[in-house]
Amino acid sequence: MLWLERHVPKLVLAPSFVAVLIFVYGFIGWTAWVSFTRSRLMPNYDIVGPIQYERLFASPRWDTAMNNLFIFGVLFIVTSMVLGLMLAIFLDQKIRTEGVLRTIYLYPMALSLIVTGTAWKWILNPGLGFESVVRGWGFETFTFDWLINPDMAIYTVVIAGVWQASGFVMALFLAGLRSVDEEIIKAAQVDGIPTHRIYSAIIIPSMAPIFLSAFIVLAHLAIKSFDLVIALTGGGPGYATDLPATYMYAMAFSRGDIGQAASSAMVMMGVVFAIVVPYLYSELRAKND
Amino acid sequence: MTDISARTRANQQSPTARIALRWGLYAILFIFALYYLMPLFVMLTTSLKSLEEIRTGSLVALPRSVTFEAWATAWSGACTGIKCEGLQPYFWNSVLLAVPAVLISTLIGAMNGYVIAQWRFKGANLIFSLMLFGCFIPFQVVLLPMARTLGFLNIAGTIPGLIFVHVIYGIGFTTLFFRNYYVTIPSDLVKAAKIDGAGFFRIFWSIFLPLSLPIVVVTVIWQFTQIWNDFLFGVSFSQAGTQPITVALNNIVNSTTGVKEYNVDMAAAIIAALPTLFVYVVAGKYFIRGLTAGSVKG
Repeated sequence: MLWLERHVPKLVLAPSFVAVLIFVYGFIGWTAWVSFTRSRLMPNYDIVGPIQYERLFASPRWDTAMNNLFIFGVLFIVTSMVLGLMLAIFLDQKIRTEGVLRTIYLYPMALSLIVTGTAWKWILNPGLGFESVVRGWGFETFTFDWLINPDMAIYTVVIAGVWQASGFVMALFLAGLRSVDEEIIKAAQVDGIPTHRIYSAIIIPSMAPIFLSAFIVLAHLAIKSFDLVIALTGGGPGYATDLPATYMYAMAFSRGDIGQAASSAMVMMGVVFAIVVPYLYSELRAKND
Repeated sequence: MTDISARTRANQQSPTARIALRWGLYAILFIFALYYLMPLFVMLTTSLKSLEEIRTGSLVALPRSVTFEAWATAWSGACTGIKCEGLQPYFWNSVLLAVPAVLISTLIGAMNGYVIAQWRFKGANLIFSLMLFGCFIPFQVVLLPMARTLGFLNIAGTIPGLIFVHVIYGIGFTTLFFRNYYVTIPSDLVKAAKIDGAGFFRIFWSIFLPLSLPIVVVTVIWQFTQIWNDFLFGVSFSQAGTQPITVALNNIVNSTTGVKEYNVDMAAAIIAALPTLFVYVVAGKYFIRGLTAGSVKG
């Protein structure tokens, strides 16, 4: 009885711990294992070496997916950060309608990416959407066919992604701006330092941790992007807007190529970990110090 | 004294310039508000138009005659593949899925957070780090083995199967939320209660739970938004009849049979978005708190 009483906390935590061990780490191990086999429609557990990775890196479709991830990732992160920071600074100027504006900027974050994709697919539709609106204004030759143009379609994913996430980045930065020590700002104002200098030399540098968090969150969102592409372009035209996540899904559930699905998932995890591990490590160390 | 006031004066612009700047600021903020609202506005107006008006009119024009036909079709008649029963059954699928998954994962997170924050034992921090890490994995890496496991457990393609998946991969975040909240409660409280003879569950029930309302709200909202909006698990682990609303919406929008009914698509998208939008409007403060806590701390 006493033994039980002493160990209750451990017993309460145990099921979750076991679940995480199996369903996170065990499953990662399974996927890693299978990525070194010849598995096709059914998993096969004989390890033969990195043939799936060789196939993956030789595949033009995967090449497109990684290129797209790079283009999308960089543009999505940079644009969302610039827009978010700008809106946060503007909103921080004692704006009377701040509450309402903040609510409006942030609501896309509450929507499913499938909803966002559906809306933008309609807006960017060449025949009836934005293009025809501008033509209706008298610019008869205006064309905006990015959605169906293989070279430009990935940028429509950026447009929709930025629309969804930039308000959230704004909220992060706004919280950061508000946490800067007011005394320092007041002292700088008294010293006659112009506002833009106060921002660029005092406030923004002191927000470095927020920039890092925003970057981590956005990078994480970019790598996991799946729903948005499915709803907006379906990966098309052809596979012009494939991302690693859609490639993995296609291999796993429509092509029946488990080996490719497993190896592409492992590469995705490698990319996430390359970004997240140093961050988590420094966070945990900072807390323990 | 004179020195300071002279310098402050040098920093001030003429009143006209200040007013102009102020107006410019409001103009920019207002334009951005329009930019964020535009897709919602377009969705709403399109859903209220007839197909005829959509073809002839402009995307940004208000409907000439408002019709709710598209909404009725989206709710109970639109085709998701072979079946044409609208979003209605899938809406209820999502409710049946989200409610238990949110409640179970929140409860587990509360107990875990309570243990990790207040009943530290050797290795507890390691377990917490391992759980935290689980929040960051791209779920693609567990899709294949999970599909096999659900089959093995005989819950493949069922709503209980999806609840199971969402609970498992929600534990990391819910534990994080509660742990970070309970850590701020002084540990003397537990010590004093122990001296008074209260046990583990008693202390949780009568001391911690009554203090937990804010974090429960944050966690429930976060989990509900995540699970309602999920698409990856839904599309991977459901079958005809058990699909959540996001999957059904995608099927309606991308179904290739018949005439493309844009107004129905838009009505369906709004229906799928309404529950989370409602939560956001009603409890925005907690929504934002969850978002920032989930991202900054994690």
